[in-house]
Amino acid sequence: MTVHQTLPGDETSPAYNYAYLDEQTKRMIRRALLKAVAVPGYQVPFGSREMPLARGWGTGGIQVTAAIIGPQDTLKVIDQGADDTTNAVSIRRFFQRTAGVATTEATMDATIIQTRHRIPETPLTEGQILVYQVPIPEPLRFLEPRETETRKMHELEEYGLMHVKLYEDIARHGQIATSYAYPVKVEGHYVMDPSPIPKFDNPKLSGNPATQLFGAGREQRIYALPPWTDVVSLDFDDHPFETSKAPHDCDLCGAKDSYLDEVITDDEGGRMFVCSDTDFCAGRRAEGHEGRLGGDQKSSKTFANSFEGIWPATAGAR
Amino acid sequence: MATDTLIGAGFTDPVFQSQAAFRALLVALSEPGTPQAVSGGVAPPEGLHAATATTLLTLADYETPIWLPTALRDGPAGAWLRFHCGAALVEEPRRAAFAVIDGAAPAPRLTDFDPGSDQFPDRSTTIIVQCAAFHGGGTVTLAGPGIATRRDIAPAGLRPGFWAEVAGNNAAYPLGVDLLLAHADGVIGLPRSTQIGKAA
Repeated sequence: MTVHQTLPGDETSPAYNYAYLDEQTKRMIRRALLKAVAVPGYQVPFGSREMPLARGWGTGGIQVTAAIIGPQDTLKVIDQGADDTTNAVSIRRFFQRTAGVATTEATMDATIIQTRHRIPETPLTEGQILVYQVPIPEPLRFLEPRETETRKMHELEEYGLMHVKLYEDIARHGQIATSYAYPVKVEGHYVMDPSPIPKFDNPKLSGNPATQLFGAGREQRIYALPPWTDVVSLDFDDHPFETSKAPHDCDLCGAKDSYLDEVITDDEGGRMFVCSDTDFCAGRRAEGHEGRLGGDQKSSKTFANSFEGIWPATAGAR
Repeated sequence: MATDTLIGAGFTDPVFQSQAAFRALLVALSEPGTPQAVSGGVAPPEGLHAATATTLLTLADYETPIWLPTALRDGPAGAWLRFHCGAALVEEPRRAAFAVIDGAAPAPRLTDFDPGSDQFPDRSTTIIVQCAAFHGGGTVTLAGPGIATRRDIAPAGLRPGFWAEVAGNNAAYPLGVDLLLAHADGVIGLPRSTQIGKAA
């Protein structure tokens, strides 16, 4: 049933199947995805394939995207909120080449958003699919290394160990110091690792109108949250869950309520805080919002990655 | 050659037809109770609805044993699935990864199929329940993941006590079978996570 397509500019030699994966692999992943949405938060094992990039660079997310994507889709890829960093650019180009899909940087225009470690600031809508790249899908893994044991713990809903971990945070730091990959309980049953998103994003997991799919390539697990799923961040009555962000406004767009990256701007203690979500930041600046250093910078990540940002005074010396 | 021994065509464009059908199935099971069209233009064999045939072409292969009622298994539907999916057709419901049942037939019961195991609840049977229509039956109210508040459906042609079986299936969560109601080219997903209530 393999149908070959040719690479652009090469009409003679067959290259890869549509979206890289062969059809049998897609069927296997699709079956896993359907079981994953039927049991929200439960990690479904799947036969992860070798992909043309190293494990740990988003192979799980790529395989999930490859199994669901079609020519009618519009794809957005973000890495820590940014559309223009290496991982996001190469994954986006991968699907442009192998699936011929339209791509976008605008959250609201995308039908599929593959993400590493952020949920976009712009609220997602019904019909959108958010695909997470997950490094370690098992929330209990650093507390109990044996898979046979963590399976049993999920079976018996034995999550005391996780509360002990959060309690030790409080005993040591006076508060729950876990700031990313903050464990959540799904529909009152499975404890799930939301991937290393900042806990700032945790409230967006619950009751989201979009479908959220999680792929862990190296660990060979897929899990999911259907729309309108109840997701609760673990906490204690006397230490309720709280989100956290840098206590600043975005220096480019002035947003008060977005998640911020800290960028070092010189070697004399200069720094700025910018939106981690580049599309959100650019959208606000296009609307005329301006932050402390607003003016002429193009995008938060372009600024962060450029030397002129780090050594503005030495531009002539280079 | 007699035409009744011929096996009908499957997908004409397997990559894109199965992709489109899968997306409809993903929406069906992640938003339970919403009718989704999965027709890929497939002419189903006798005894299968188009949605049933398309779903199995999309998801079944040599890794997934299929259970069919005996009449279908020994007829053109069985031959068609063996040929196009390469799937084994099993006699015991409990061994099946996919099953097709007639919603009106008294047997087999949902509990005859594999509910998965405590540690691997994903290893359960997905049952395609072929029914007479998606409306006109008794109204049931659905709630749970994938449903914002409540959703009413009223599929027709289901055996008496069917909804009690579905509620029992939900009570065993996270174990349980996942259901796809199929009629013509439409499916309605009823995963094990969906709670069943009678309409007020």
